[in-house]
Amino acid sequence: MKIQTNLAPSAKSLALHAGVVLLLLALNFLLPEYHRGIFARVLVLSVFAMGYNLAFGYTGLLSLGHAMFFAAGLYGAGLPIYHLGWNVWPAFGAGILAGGALALVVGFLALRTTGVAFMIVTLMFAQVFYLTTLYFTTYTRGEEGLVLPQAVRRLSLPDGPLDLSDPSTRYLVALSLFTVVLAAILFLVRAPYGRSLVAIRENEERMRMLGYDVFANKLAAVVLSGTFCAAAGAAYGVLFGYVGSGFASIQYSILPLLWVLVGGAATTLGPLIGTLFMFYVIDTASSYTTAHLLVVGLVLIGVILFFPKGIAGTVRERWLRWLP
Amino acid sequence: MTAALRVEGVDSHYGHVQVLRSFELELRRGEVLCLLGRNGAGKTTALKTIMGLVPATAGRILLGDIELSGLAPHEVPRAGVAYVPQGRRLFAEMTVGENIEIGLMTRGKGRATRESVLDLFPVLRERLTQRSGTLSGGEQQMLAMARALCLEPQVLLLDEPTEGLMPSMIARIRETVAGLRERGVSTILVEQRVDAVLPVADRVAFIENGRNRETVAVEQLRADPQMVHRYVGVG
Repeated sequence: MKIQTNLAPSAKSLALHAGVVLLLLALNFLLPEYHRGIFARVLVLSVFAMGYNLAFGYTGLLSLGHAMFFAAGLYGAGLPIYHLGWNVWPAFGAGILAGGALALVVGFLALRTTGVAFMIVTLMFAQVFYLTTLYFTTYTRGEEGLVLPQAVRRLSLPDGPLDLSDPSTRYLVALSLFTVVLAAILFLVRAPYGRSLVAIRENEERMRMLGYDVFANKLAAVVLSGTFCAAAGAAYGVLFGYVGSGFASIQYSILPLLWVLVGGAATTLGPLIGTLFMFYVIDTASSYTTAHLLVVGLVLIGVILFFPKGIAGTVRERWLRWLP
Repeated sequence: MTAALRVEGVDSHYGHVQVLRSFELELRRGEVLCLLGRNGAGKTTALKTIMGLVPATAGRILLGDIELSGLAPHEVPRAGVAYVPQGRRLFAEMTVGENIEIGLMTRGKGRATRESVLDLFPVLRERLTQRSGTLSGGEQQMLAMARALCLEPQVLLLDEPTEGLMPSMIARIRETVAGLRERGVSTILVEQRVDAVLPVADRVAFIENGRNRETVAVEQLRADPQMVHRYVGVG
């Protein structure tokens, strides 16, 4: 008899994810200009949220410092483009490497703590990073930030360069990155390594007693998470042409937590749902009233009441058990 | 009979409180050794110290020729000691199959180990796709044992495996432990219920205030029931 272990994504979940990607592709041709711009931004920030979800949702590491990984990608790509005239491809690679390396160092130190101490340590590291971007204002221009010239935001391809400032190109590049990361996360979380992360979240000591090196597994999760967040940051810089300290602030460490909680922690589509939902709630509410944060607060209370495990998390719990 | 596991003069502490004091224990190859004692005597701490979860501050712990006391906690199971804690601690949201898979992955064990473990617990074979949190107490205990046995250990440490189980399940657990002995696995069984374990034990070690007071063969214990009363407080 073959054991049913569910370690590979089911046909249903593969079809669902492919459907979501195809729908997003279709939206590029259907959405008006304004909404296409919002969606492109949401897709990149969803990658940030997916990276955060790997650490928080799947591994149970409540970090308050993931803005530093996003910003490491942002600056890692943006500074070489702005100051050294690098092309987009190597700059994008540098951004990812910067975030991955930072995550390795921060993870190595921060994972010696757990729980509230881990939150505080990651917050402190992120604040140090934020203040560093302000300290070197000669190069970063601090909060004012750097605007990457349109002329250098071109992606070299064999058929000729792509202008990343073009709305449709920007949307499609954002969607490509989103698709790659979504596929990576989908396979990762169903693979043995992904299941071991969930088991570590459930009971670290038990995993140690099954012979798992919990520290090494958690460190790998932080590095992967930081790398995905850095990829989002690097993409944000080259697609939207702005690199500023605000992205390293505490607000950008809280936002992915909020998006993941609203969308559903430890679900593959939750980060997209949460980011999209929050963007449109804020956008819609702010177009009617200046007290839009009150509306956002009330909507969040409603979400928590009716979807206590986030939107995708609750849907999985109540209706679609197969949802990854 | 040679020793599978030897604990020699081990001390261990929780903060400033010393729990084990020059603790000695010898587990022979292929035997079931029952560790008995009152609440707070140090039974669970003894198991946790063997596993490296509570550090030994003196003495040494040997698995054959391998000194366990210097290893990181996650290296002890890889060396060949598996531990099933009190309360089972399954991954409740995962299926039975996934729990077993998690146990198999550490040492790269494959289908043969999986089948061998499931042969010991046929009931789990029927519930592979069921969430482990929905199993009955007895089935959960079996799954906890199955997951530990995926490591193919030389030594198995069981902490109160019969706690909260009905008599028929306790008999099943006993049968399983006896079956493991046939396979050459040496077992330390921590229990408070003497009647639940005596039928399967070869020897009994009594622990009091963190010290091993006496280790006797089961026959000797049957001949002197007062011994149980002396160390455990029940007859």
